Amino acid sequence: MSIFVDENTKVVYQGLTGSQGKFYGLLNREYGTNVVAGTNPKKAGEDVEGIPIYADVADAVKATGANASCIFIPAPGVKAAVLDAAEGGVEFIVVITEGVPAHDEAWFFNRLRRDYPHVQLLGPNCPGIISPGKCNIGITAGHIAQAGGPVGIVSRSGTLTYQALYELKQKGVGVTTCVGIGGDPVPGTSFIDCLERFEADPETKAVMMIGEIGGSAEEEAAAFIGANMSKPVVSYIAGVTAPPGKKMGHAGAIISGGKGTADAKMDALRAAGAQVGLNPTEAGELMAKVVASL
Amino acid sequence: MDLFEYQGKLFFARYGIPISPGEVVMTAEDAVIAAERLGYPVVVKAQVLVGGRGKAGGIKLASTPDEVRTHAGNILGLDIKGHVVGRLWIEKASDIEREYYASFTLDRAAKKHLGMLSAQGGVDIEEVAATDPDAIAKIHVDPVDGLSEAQCRAWVEAAKLDDAAQDGAVDILMKLYEAYVDGDADLVEINPLILTTEGVVRALDAKVTVDDNAVFRHTDYEEYDAIQVRDERELAAHDKGLQYVGLDGFVGIIANGAGLAMSTVDIVSQVGGAPANFLDIGGGANADVMTGALEVINNDPNVKSIFINIFGGITKGEEVANGIVAALERVDIQAPIVIRLDGTNAEQGREILQPHLSDRLQMQPTMLDAARSAVQLAGGVAK
Repeated sequence: MSIFVDENTKVVYQGLTGSQGKFYGLLNREYGTNVVAGTNPKKAGEDVEGIPIYADVADAVKATGANASCIFIPAPGVKAAVLDAAEGGVEFIVVITEGVPAHDEAWFFNRLRRDYPHVQLLGPNCPGIISPGKCNIGITAGHIAQAGGPVGIVSRSGTLTYQALYELKQKGVGVTTCVGIGGDPVPGTSFIDCLERFEADPETKAVMMIGEIGGSAEEEAAAFIGANMSKPVVSYIAGVTAPPGKKMGHAGAIISGGKGTADAKMDALRAAGAQVGLNPTEAGELMAKVVASL
Repeated sequence: MDLFEYQGKLFFARYGIPISPGEVVMTAEDAVIAAERLGYPVVVKAQVLVGGRGKAGGIKLASTPDEVRTHAGNILGLDIKGHVVGRLWIEKASDIEREYYASFTLDRAAKKHLGMLSAQGGVDIEEVAATDPDAIAKIHVDPVDGLSEAQCRAWVEAAKLDDAAQDGAVDILMKLYEAYVDGDADLVEINPLILTTEGVVRALDAKVTVDDNAVFRHTDYEEYDAIQVRDERELAAHDKGLQYVGLDGFVGIIANGAGLAMSTVDIVSQVGGAPANFLDIGGGANADVMTGALEVINNDPNVKSIFINIFGGITKGEEVANGIVAALERVDIQAPIVIRLDGTNAEQGREILQPHLSDRLQMQPTMLDAARSAVQLAGGVAK
């Protein structure tokens, strides 16, 4: 099995008519994802390489039965696009767009939690999600992931996620689902949301968690792991040597007021029983050993 | 982006938050002219983006033109924790009865806005939080609902502000929340928020951080950005649209993706090196982007070696390799380079790089090996 998305997921791409949306939407379709629709209020009735375009998500859902959406809309339009998707009736919304203002993120996260509690938001500023061999939504190169499990991956960083997928594949280790939660201050899906589902998924036997400096999400995840996870967790945290007060690329990756350091996060994870690799390669090796001993 | 105090105060003033009258100046003579206009006594305040100005001698009271001239002359050019003072805020002095603390920021764990208010202001709030956490009244505000006046009043009462300050505080806090949301701030902080001897509540300081991602709906951000103090390397990278953070070491770093760039900085440190920078060139790694990145690194005289760490995902190894080769032809690189190329079609990419390899352009299969080579090439000893 996999979490959040599988071979039955039908995806509508908001922004499919734009260059990024088209490029990745078609790549995702090539991978095998059910790319059933796109939206653009000005181009309803047209199509992109055979994929029909609707005015909004509600129309796309009505016509195609789409149950997930992927957003490639530029940052100023993301707030409205997320609401369009939730109102339109999809259950899973992936926002790839980077550079969304934090106030917008906080607003639509709380709006969804209140008015559309069944909707799961992933991102913004994330690489998306892939259940190898079944469904790939977003910008991950599908061929770097090996299908079949037994490892689930959840990560705050894009390229480090790819690195992890690739290293596991080279070691012959498969992945059930790999979730990129993104590096923004208010991620729609948290580490804990994913850990909870991986713990409940019978095909996932071990979890790789990739974090980075800033905020307290890794510490909260560590508390969850200590209290609720029976499956082994291997972790890697980026930014051990990052100086305080400097944003390291991601809006959320900043050490401020002495909080959010990599060391504190690694200590919390070790205390919760997780194994911690000091670099991505070491984490991959640790995971390979865990899988070998399953 | 952090705003200077005077920018923060002008930002507050736009939302009707009372501040003391003042002017920003860049010379001692202009400081005197401003003081004459404002009326004595005035406070001469260094404008730097770092705390602890007062202790460093960056804030002085002046009662005569000569005092203003002397203090302004001393403070301009002063180095406060590595920040050189280039601007002063000359402000009419206030008669302070009490000092409070107020702020709004995002509570990332709760995913709601967090207001903090304390009757113990004018001091380091982290200190108060550590020694007397009950002295800080906290309030969570749902971004969808916003802050109601009733909620705000209850919060002010919970913080036990003096009776005389309560109405004024409620008024300011409602406006502060509006400034925080409407202005797309990551942080708005008033420390101290004062009650004057005349019974007026006013913002005596302003600490504002605005969200760079919201620049598309705030044209004023460009003005703030224009006078940000950046080191020259950061300025050059900023102009090229690269994500760059200057560090103190000697190994220049180029990587694609923020996480991988951070990880590269870490691994260079782990093997005994000192990174000169963090530089994320983003997902693709074409010749133009690579050229820009190499130019930025090349202009840093501290760089003794360069570590290019690329993971090809959608962008294939051969495209990355061709980009690197083209960039090397365009830029006359001073320092030796080590490349680690992995991911999609890495083998094909490495074949393209192979004929270009030399003592000054090396390739390594893993991040760890590449980091060690980079440290050795810089004349260091790798662990």
